[in-house]
Amino acid sequence: MKKNKWIFILIPAAIVSVLVLSVASKNYTKKDAAFITVPSGFEIKMIANKLGAARHIVVTPQNDIYVRLAEPKNGKGTLFLHQVGDKAEVASGFGDFGGTGIAIKNGYLYASSNTAVYRFKLNDKDEIIDPNAKETVVNGLVYHRTHGPKAFTLDNDGNIYVNVGAYSNICSEFDPHGTGCPILDSAGGIWEFKADKLNQKQSDGVHFAWGLRNVVGLDWNQQDNRLFVMQHGRDALHDLFPKYYTVHQSALLPAECMYELKQGDNAGWPYLYYDWQTHKKMQGPEYGGDGKKEADSKYIDPVAAYPGHYAPDGLLFYTGNQFPEKYKNGAFIAFHGSWNRAPEPQAGYCVVFQPFKDGKPDGAWEVFADGFAGTAEQKNPGDALHRPVGLAQGPDGSLYITDDQGGSIYKVTYKK
Amino acid sequence: MSLKKLLVSVSILIFGVAGLQAQVQHTKSKHVSLAASIANGKKLYTQYCVTCHQADGKGVPAMNPPLINTTYVLGDKIKLIQIVLNGFNEDVQINGQTYSNNMTPHAFMKDQEIADVLTYVRNSFGNKASLVSATLVKNVRLINKK
Repeated sequence: MKKNKWIFILIPAAIVSVLVLSVASKNYTKKDAAFITVPSGFEIKMIANKLGAARHIVVTPQNDIYVRLAEPKNGKGTLFLHQVGDKAEVASGFGDFGGTGIAIKNGYLYASSNTAVYRFKLNDKDEIIDPNAKETVVNGLVYHRTHGPKAFTLDNDGNIYVNVGAYSNICSEFDPHGTGCPILDSAGGIWEFKADKLNQKQSDGVHFAWGLRNVVGLDWNQQDNRLFVMQHGRDALHDLFPKYYTVHQSALLPAECMYELKQGDNAGWPYLYYDWQTHKKMQGPEYGGDGKKEADSKYIDPVAAYPGHYAPDGLLFYTGNQFPEKYKNGAFIAFHGSWNRAPEPQAGYCVVFQPFKDGKPDGAWEVFADGFAGTAEQKNPGDALHRPVGLAQGPDGSLYITDDQGGSIYKVTYKK
Repeated sequence: MSLKKLLVSVSILIFGVAGLQAQVQHTKSKHVSLAASIANGKKLYTQYCVTCHQADGKGVPAMNPPLINTTYVLGDKIKLIQIVLNGFNEDVQINGQTYSNNMTPHAFMKDQEIADVLTYVRNSFGNKASLVSATLVKNVRLINKK
């Protein structure tokens, strides 16, 4: 009898396993990217999914992929994938720390947690030599939960630029009387460190730029040799100051800003916000603003601005030759999509292209890839099927996009 | 904290809870009714809570915790009131997901407003739990100022 019982369990289990395996191995690439729109001549395919919360990504000269996970999955915080046909298959995972930032430079893979930047030595095929030989570049970065990810990029002169986000929306809990935000000496900015020096502390770095609430998307512009960052703008203008801002104004404002930074620049958080409709820096209501008063001109202007709460999580300067000429040296921006527009519908689950000329934004931005949310309207960001985060360029000029909601990687190619 | 202060706090707590239990039994006659409290709480939720916790109470993935089916909302009322008064900046795991956004203190809200908004949250989005009274909020606020 006992044996018979097992058969009743095992046979259905086997059937279920076959079904699950056939679903998992089916060619999902076309169907699951079908609702995402790209411009005429381009094609988008889902090459991997259900990886976990996929954040920033890098593609090696050999066309292999490294992707960071917000939280480690089975103890692995970074995945290594091989591309086979229209798919990317997970070959291995390493590093027990979750996080967002990743980059390859001078024979090393750099990866960040919420408190540190590590690196791993690569072989001549850009594969990790020893996943256990983790070197600590910077440790002890300020982290108090909110705006924790330490996104970073590197220049060509041996420096690494790390975001240390402000652990607050608008500093009001630390500066209730509006006399000056006290957390800006150690957060809300970009810190510069040496890329090849180990065990640096935050205080060993250069406080490169000030007054940036939180930066997730950032990239080094090779054309004018400058750092560009995307700031996540403040939340809750209506919630906190209903007498100055309607619900609708609060959904649209403030702008998500692109800044070009040089050492010592101050973008003015929390004292100001930027209005993308009037192109003006506005005094924040916590600091005497009333929705009409402009801010002190000593703070830098953004070089481009985008609608409120879109949440720019990825920035990539396109230097490839595959896409049409207009994309060369322009910027792709991955917008994660809003949550702070409630009770209005959410918006911005898309990848935008910003044309550039001679290292400056040139002309209006356009939506490049749209429809990641998978539904016509999003009330809650949790209902979106996919949310864009990271961007990378492959050796053949293909564009890669990650998604931390469905755990997918998309590949965009141009067919002519 | 001195022994005297401690005794005062404890007695406030005991009388607060006792008062609440008495109140639940006499809701209709003496105090704000559950229906009225929920109706007013909905307005307050729209004013102070909806952008982070969303209209459906589901919160925002990885950032703002959901208010549905969690002991933070349906359990100890004193702890819940303290979250509204003091804000919240601890790591919280609900159904295996962590949430990273800090909540700012909302002590500026009146006792009745906090009672109403929490009563609304405890009776919305599929939640069903007892009313939170302004008396209890008042008493928790006193303990809070110790």
